[in-house]
Amino acid sequence: MCRLATLCALLHPASAMSESPFSLQCISLNKAYGQRHVLKNVELSVASGEYVAIMGDSGVGKSSLLNLIAGLDKPNSGKICIDGVDISALNDEAATLLRREKCGFIFQAFHLLPHLTLLQNIALPLVLNHLPLGRAQQLLSAVGLQDRGDDFPRQLSGGEMQRIAIARALVHQPRLLLADEPTGNLDPDTAQDILQLLKREIRATNASAILVTHSALAAATADRVLLLSRDGLTDITGNKEFASCK
Amino acid sequence: MQITLIRWLLWSEWRAHPVRLLLALCAIALGIALGFGIHLINAAAFNEFSSAARSLSGSADLHIRARSALFPESVYLSLAQMPDVAVASPVLEIEAIVPGKSSPLKILGLDSFQAANITPDLLALPDERQPFAGLMADTLFLSPAAMQWLNVKIGDEITLRSSTTLLHLQVAGVLQFARAGQRLAVMDIAGAQWHFGKVGQLSRVDIKLAPGVAADGWTNRVLAQLGDTLVAVAASDQEQRTASLSRAYRVNLNVLAMVALFTGAFLVFSTQALSVLRRRSQFALCRVIGMTQNQLMRQILLEGCVIGVLGSLLGLALGILMASTALNLLGGDLGGGYFPGVQPQLEFDGLAAFLFLLGGVIVALLGTLAPAIEATRAHPAASLKAGSEDQALLSLNKPWLALLSILVGALLTQAPPISNLPLAAYLAIVFLLIGSIALMPQLAATVFKLLARRWLGVMTGLALTRLANAPSQASIALSGVLVSFSLMVAMAIMVSSFRTSVDTWLQQLLSADMYVRTVSGGEQSVLQVHEQEKISSLPNLSRTEKTRHFSLLLDPTKPAVAVIARSINQQSIERSLPLIESALSDMQYPIWISEAMVDLYGWKKAQVVQLPLAGKLHAFTVAGVWRDYARQSGSIQMRLDDYQNLTGDKTINDMSLWIASSSNATEVRKQLQALSFSTALEFAEPGEIQQISMKIFDRSFAITYVLEAVAIIIGLFGVAASFSSQTLARAKEFGMLRHLGVTRQQILFLLAGEGALLTSMAILVGSLLGLCISLILIFIVNPQSFHWTMQLHIPWNLLLATASILFISAALTALISGRFAISGSALRAVKEDW
Repeated sequence: MCRLATLCALLHPASAMSESPFSLQCISLNKAYGQRHVLKNVELSVASGEYVAIMGDSGVGKSSLLNLIAGLDKPNSGKICIDGVDISALNDEAATLLRREKCGFIFQAFHLLPHLTLLQNIALPLVLNHLPLGRAQQLLSAVGLQDRGDDFPRQLSGGEMQRIAIARALVHQPRLLLADEPTGNLDPDTAQDILQLLKREIRATNASAILVTHSALAAATADRVLLLSRDGLTDITGNKEFASCK
Repeated sequence: MQITLIRWLLWSEWRAHPVRLLLALCAIALGIALGFGIHLINAAAFNEFSSAARSLSGSADLHIRARSALFPESVYLSLAQMPDVAVASPVLEIEAIVPGKSSPLKILGLDSFQAANITPDLLALPDERQPFAGLMADTLFLSPAAMQWLNVKIGDEITLRSSTTLLHLQVAGVLQFARAGQRLAVMDIAGAQWHFGKVGQLSRVDIKLAPGVAADGWTNRVLAQLGDTLVAVAASDQEQRTASLSRAYRVNLNVLAMVALFTGAFLVFSTQALSVLRRRSQFALCRVIGMTQNQLMRQILLEGCVIGVLGSLLGLALGILMASTALNLLGGDLGGGYFPGVQPQLEFDGLAAFLFLLGGVIVALLGTLAPAIEATRAHPAASLKAGSEDQALLSLNKPWLALLSILVGALLTQAPPISNLPLAAYLAIVFLLIGSIALMPQLAATVFKLLARRWLGVMTGLALTRLANAPSQASIALSGVLVSFSLMVAMAIMVSSFRTSVDTWLQQLLSADMYVRTVSGGEQSVLQVHEQEKISSLPNLSRTEKTRHFSLLLDPTKPAVAVIARSINQQSIERSLPLIESALSDMQYPIWISEAMVDLYGWKKAQVVQLPLAGKLHAFTVAGVWRDYARQSGSIQMRLDDYQNLTGDKTINDMSLWIASSSNATEVRKQLQALSFSTALEFAEPGEIQQISMKIFDRSFAITYVLEAVAIIIGLFGVAASFSSQTLARAKEFGMLRHLGVTRQQILFLLAGEGALLTSMAILVGSLLGLCISLILIFIVNPQSFHWTMQLHIPWNLLLATASILFISAALTALISGRFAISGSALRAVKEDW
């Protein structure tokens, strides 16, 4: 917990707190792959500092929704406004620049670059955003791997790799954190540790987060839980299952 | 993009896979080293050869020379008296025989007073004791190289031979301005004419025109006045003639050197393609966290560019080292024999170095371009998922593009030469290679699917199924081997066809039992009538034939044409001359021209042409076209009777002897050695001539074998790089198999099996492709470059041996790469992130 506290302290400098409120709005999103309609009239609104979990069956389009929000894919129709900018209307270059600055990603499979050191992996977003690299070392310490900056990903356990991935996702202080099954490869204790870290950070920085997960326990850490189905998103926050998890 | 990120991504990849980087660098470096090295050697030899030729011409505006051999001295007198001529310097060129030496000594007979104004470098200060030695008939001046060659010093006497007569001349001084390695002698023109039996005759007159006189107008006026048997050769014409002699040879050697670079390009392609493929999800992550398409494209291309620059710089250094060593050891002659008697010095050619560097970088960039485009266009979200590699390569699988490339290649084979060089044919070969490689995924999928249906055993089945379902990856691994092997097959078939054709050609031409000629026999080295009669009357001979040969300058910008006058029976011409088609018969003055005459001068069968003989033009009819592998600048055969009737010249150069059945070659040799002028004769049996000729042939092609071997080695580098890339990328798959209970040995068997199957396919397709390329080399490149055709001959044994070596080498390479890749823990392999 001490580590988490340090990380939280690092991640909410005064400047971040003073920024204007963040907003994400998905309006009438439709996405089809060929004849297969994946997302149908999806409406989603995420407020500044809000932590939203999205659940749903496999293949229902959870990851596709994340990709659309990040500008990695284009909807067939509808809008995705990040701080008032419709990312789906931007060309690839502009969408990339927006994503680079505003978004942080966490994946189930960690996706660390195998031949970069841990410190270099964390520093990648800083380099891309022309930010000082010093924060990478601070984040490394915050996730408890301060002595292992020169190690390579292959030398880490799954939990350690995900910590590095989280540090990388947060190092440039993004306004929106997109996490795709971040605890899917972790044991329950480590998973809880990681989820708590995420939640605290969202609170501390007033950043928003969308967590895609199958796990009810993971979803229960969110402020709001949505269920994605063929009919769109349904708010299930008040369901008994999640209330008991909390 | 930020330098830091570029540095991190480049350095981390290379640090992780240094051997693969080294292989790609070596491939580029070897290609550049060979290309640049051969260019430097050829350029040094050619420049030195040209400079040596220029030093003999001095500052003359024009040279007036006869179309054939010599012309009367009266021409000089006419020229010297012309008002537009500032200086006219007469020259007699002699190829003097040096007893005990295999090559002649070039002697220039000069008028010192006139030559001082045009060719002062050819004059030497005489020894103080003989101030007028330059005007004396019995003295000559030697270049330092000639003095060293003859092992003489000033004041010594040297013995030379004029036809069959010996003569003794004193060395009066040194030609200090002669070029290094240039064997040359200068003597007074009157003495030269007298000693060598050329009284009243000249080889050329060097002309310096008065200021303001236009050379073209003057030449036209003078030639109209002096007749058609003389030509005016401008200094630029002479340069062009010297250049055209060796141009095709130099270009072909350079192209051959480029084969290694071309093979290197495919290696860079396969290395980069597989490397990018392996890092596909890493690049996707970079895209997800904010790297733009352009940044990623620049990053990947930069990798190729750095490999190109480093490889090229290494190649340039190696090329200089190679050229320097070769010039010291071989003196600039790479076996073709185009640059005799020069000692070239290595000169760094900055422009060429830059162009080769640029070529190396372009090759590396081209090899990287396709993978870079695919990686940047790939959908980042999809690329993050495992198993997207095969999808990535679908863009390479375009059979229509392959067929289009092959079609373009086929069309290019129909194009005529460009600037007398087979550039379109070379381009056709490039298109055929690219088309065939592009066709490989489709072909591999079809063949391996068929084989997989009849699989034997689990591991063979696994190998076949993978090759069938991931044909693009297999094709990338194949590309380097396919290119190098097909080019090796093509060269082997071409050289073998050429060798067999030359062998057959020699057998047809050398129909006599023995051949006699004057030692170091040039065209001026002749046998007089009484000497011919002595040989003909030897008792053990059943028949003799005589040959007179000389050269004709038909076009001042082209090298001289060889004319061979000999006993030819029009009715049975096919027996003594290798004709390419049936000849006309019953002509009054027939000639038989070589294929080069058709290409270079546009002469055709049945055409009537004018040939200058003995100061007059005579009409001859082209009766047929024959194959001549000895003279690529063109040659003409005519009947000796016609030549003698038209010129009155009864001297000859060679005699062919048929030994009576009751005797043998040893007895005839003894009789020839007993002749009073025997020391002036050389005699050989057909077998000896054939053996020497084939030795020269093999020497001239030795360099091609070396270049081909290098291309094959680069191809094997490609196998090593591709297999190590693939096995590394499949570490997870192998780890999973180990978990399932597959042994290390079985995995190695799987890898060796895949290597063997792929190499077998490369060998089969490469053989077919090589055969097609060899047809282009034999029927298009050779005729367009050297103006001769040949018959197809496939060296089965050589091809089988090379294919076997390649098969074993590739399988072993795959095995070693695999052993290295699976040496890690199975647990770690399945846990690897990617």
